[in-house]
Amino acid sequence: MIQFGSAHVIYIFEAARWTIVLSLIAFFGGAVLGLLLALARVSRLLILRALSAAYIQTIQGTPLLILLFLSYFGLSLLGYRLAPIVAAGLSLTLYVGAFLGEIWRGCIQAVPRTQWEASDCIGLNRFQQYAYVILPQAVRIATPPTVGFMVQVVKNTSLASVIGFVELTRAGQIVNNSTFQPLVVFLLVAAIYFAICYPLSVASRVLERKFNVAR
Amino acid sequence: MSRDNTQALAGTRPAGTPETPAVKVRDVVKFFGQLKVLDGVSLDVMAGQMVAIIGRSGSGKSTLLRCMNGLEDIHSGEIVICGHNVGHGKSNRADLRRDVGMVFQSYNLFPHLTVERNITLALTLVKKKSKAEARQLAEQVLAQVGLADKIASYPEQLSGGQQQRVAIARSLALSPQVILFDEVTSALDPELTVEVLRVMEDLARGGMTMVLVTHEMAFAQRVANQVVFMHKGKVWESGPTKELFASPKTAEFAQFIGTGL
Repeated sequence: MIQFGSAHVIYIFEAARWTIVLSLIAFFGGAVLGLLLALARVSRLLILRALSAAYIQTIQGTPLLILLFLSYFGLSLLGYRLAPIVAAGLSLTLYVGAFLGEIWRGCIQAVPRTQWEASDCIGLNRFQQYAYVILPQAVRIATPPTVGFMVQVVKNTSLASVIGFVELTRAGQIVNNSTFQPLVVFLLVAAIYFAICYPLSVASRVLERKFNVAR
Repeated sequence: MSRDNTQALAGTRPAGTPETPAVKVRDVVKFFGQLKVLDGVSLDVMAGQMVAIIGRSGSGKSTLLRCMNGLEDIHSGEIVICGHNVGHGKSNRADLRRDVGMVFQSYNLFPHLTVERNITLALTLVKKKSKAEARQLAEQVLAQVGLADKIASYPEQLSGGQQQRVAIARSLALSPQVILFDEVTSALDPELTVEVLRVMEDLARGGMTMVLVTHEMAFAQRVANQVVFMHKGKVWESGPTKELFASPKTAEFAQFIGTGL
């Protein structure tokens, strides 16, 4: 048995960077996909509404773990051998996109109908209505639930450990396997997750207060 | 504010000729589901006139106004406003919007934008004016509604009456030929109502063509050239304001002005 030491701590902290990287990929990839999905969900074209709704229903009904298995093991059977980081990034993007799409759809629809009418009556076209009137207001409504959801995503990146991607959780497992100090190791891991998520939670509360006052 | 001044600032252009009305409504029928809200409505609004549409809640007057601006489609009939056919789909929207302004009961300012940007948004985006030009126009129309000092404020920092005046200024800045007012004082306290009505009276004096749905009987009686009394989705009675109020022809209208509602 190897003694738990500073090298292990450094190893875990280095792996925590990958948790952050994976979270950022998930967020930015998911945000782009989510915005497209949200706009498709409120589109005037039935086909876009139907396709986006079907996508969101499907992904929301699928465990993230299965998405990870499919993109890592499933795609490799089809000849696409993705690196763990790519497979994890892809799965999380697809997953986060579906949820953000649905959250943001609700936020766009929460902007009063009268704002559409007023901006229509001064001659703005649909793109201008979105860009200058509707989306800026939807962003205010969307910020608290989006940040809240990101806290979930940070923790969900731990699932990437099952396809061998060495992020925070996987690093904890590896260290534990050699040191047999699960209590110390996983408390450290939990503390690091907390250190990443807590500022987000605080930010969410602050933003919620701020935007409530502004309305 | 003098007549000339108002006219110059509002950029009022003739909304029609003496022969062709600025707004022509013919036999308009509209349903909400099974409910017939407009039942063969016809009316004319001549250029430079103020026409007040009055009537009880549910008589179809707001719906009629919304149909005039293409916010609601009509089932049958014809609406021509400043030469644009409206009420059937969204064709020619851009042309219609250039000529017709609208002010709402709930102001509908953009809460995330300053007063200035509320006014200049369409000027820069739709009318392609430079920022400086747009700002200058915003200053002009704000002065016209007596709010020159509020240009940097956000809507939430203003009273209801001030917000409504900004909404009128936003509409004026686009130099419409006709402005539709949909119960614009219904959400305001009496003292705030006065300041909004004063602005509207200035506009009327300046020759703006205006159609308003209102519950302000005294105002309609004093300022409107024509009054249209709606009842059960029909134009029940209409005509020049003085004549109409002096000698109501129908029991419903007599009762309506009698109760003062």
